[in-house]
Amino acid sequence: MGEDRYLVEMKNIHKWFSGVCALRGVDFAVGYGEIVGLVGDNGAGKSTLIKILSGFYPPDEGKIFFEGKEKHFSSPREVRKLGIETIYQEAAMVPKMSIMRNIFMGRELTRLKVGSVGYLDVPRMEEESMKALEGVDLRLRSPHALVDELSGGQRQGVAIARAMYFKSKLVILDEPTNNLSVKESQKVLEFIQELKKQGISSIFISHNLYHVYPVADRIVVLSHGEKIGDFRKEETSIEEITKLMVLP
Amino acid sequence: MAQGLVNVLKKIILLREISSLIMLLVVVLVFFAISPLFLSQENVAIILEIIPELGIVALGVTMLMISGEFDLSVGSVFAFCPIMMTMFVTWGFPPLLSVIIALLMTMLLGALNGFITLTFGIPSFITTLGAMLIWRGAVLLITGGWPPPFPAEMSTGILVGRLGILRASIFWYGAITVLLWFVLERTDFGNWIFATGGNQPSARAMGIDTHRVKFTNFMLCSLLAGFAGLIQSFRLATTLPSMGTGLEMDAIAATVIGGTALSGGVGTVIGTVIGAFLIRVIDNGLVIIRAPSYWFRVFIGIAIILAVILNSFVRERAKKLRC
Repeated sequence: MGEDRYLVEMKNIHKWFSGVCALRGVDFAVGYGEIVGLVGDNGAGKSTLIKILSGFYPPDEGKIFFEGKEKHFSSPREVRKLGIETIYQEAAMVPKMSIMRNIFMGRELTRLKVGSVGYLDVPRMEEESMKALEGVDLRLRSPHALVDELSGGQRQGVAIARAMYFKSKLVILDEPTNNLSVKESQKVLEFIQELKKQGISSIFISHNLYHVYPVADRIVVLSHGEKIGDFRKEETSIEEITKLMVLP
Repeated sequence: MAQGLVNVLKKIILLREISSLIMLLVVVLVFFAISPLFLSQENVAIILEIIPELGIVALGVTMLMISGEFDLSVGSVFAFCPIMMTMFVTWGFPPLLSVIIALLMTMLLGALNGFITLTFGIPSFITTLGAMLIWRGAVLLITGGWPPPFPAEMSTGILVGRLGILRASIFWYGAITVLLWFVLERTDFGNWIFATGGNQPSARAMGIDTHRVKFTNFMLCSLLAGFAGLIQSFRLATTLPSMGTGLEMDAIAATVIGGTALSGGVGTVIGTVIGAFLIRVIDNGLVIIRAPSYWFRVFIGIAIILAVILNSFVRERAKKLRC
């Protein structure tokens, strides 16, 4: 059994890639409504850990508990059904599709089903996507605009609005402030705080500590596939974590 | 007022089909100016008679290309299907059953393309290039290079029967166009096709079974190619082992001229219909104005390049128009 106070708990996770050890015995947990910052240098194992948590591949060793019950995460589809939504930096959106089609991608609203093909309920999808965007205070003129025409920050906003709309329990953000201007990064941090207000847990992955620190409740540091730090924000400082991260 | 006009203009320019439509209109007008015979009832009927064969193949290629894959084997499958149908009749199967088995076999060939491409993760360009050679070879082996006699007991009316100046095939083409337009633009499966071709990792992350989407389109593309092959063999009442040679290039040309992106994720059914018309109109128009038919390839080549340039250039410009 996992502990009840955590929404998700990963215990003793190991992962090898053709003989190279990417993760060695990592414990990682996220509480209800908590924002956890996951930091570490490139190659520390952050993205491997996240890919396991979002169902892309199984751990070679270790257990995952969700809402106190052990789960085997076998595909991204299944993980999303549990309410875990991962927003990858580049891969969250299809640029050549409209905002509306992106929001409902894979979870389209349909009116009539023939076999496994459903007739799209376009008017309702228009209406609901505008509602979803208002949830993160994002004002865009039309749900039919292409995502291609949005700024990087706006795209993150749409992805977060999508996660909120579908009542996710845990949102994983992979480097959401990468390549964004200062002002846009600020906006993304506001989106993340909005998630917390609605009781949604989130994992914020970044190598920019200055973005993670202000919003995170807890900060986890990975290095060379191992967890080397796990602090409540009050117990630590940016300086302390920076020292940990640059240790050889 | 002027603002509203700019907006309407911008909307029109941003239509994906617009450059191919303009080219089609220009070509039609030029041929008509040179020879008024071009738009005579007889000649229009001839164009409508031959268009479905290329048009239906191109529709399948479009669906597959939007989902991010190629099929170069459509020309060979185009011959494979009617040849198999003929063989089955020769072996004593009832005509209708022979048609059904032949169509199922072409679907199987598409499934094989999909299975090999997706299982081994190799480019579909390679898989279907191989398939193109294999099935053309198979057709030649089966027939020994000679056209088998077209089964006399086969009733061809349902596919190519005459209705006034038209043939039934144009209605099949119309129905398939409407059906595929609907699937692509108005169903969740259509959304998955765009998502799969537009950004496969993202579609996968959102829980779309991208392999199933591609696999289905491989089968659809092959099936439509076989069906179009049947139409041609019914129309000519022969089955030639060489039929459909080079058709894959015309089908891809029609698709690309119509605004579908080679890289996937973007494209329209209507654009491909316009593309197919453009190719067949150029083909036919050159005959009508008595130009040497060698010009055909030259013009199609120019049309492809021009369409893609117009598409990207005009769209970039239109985006910058303030509204």
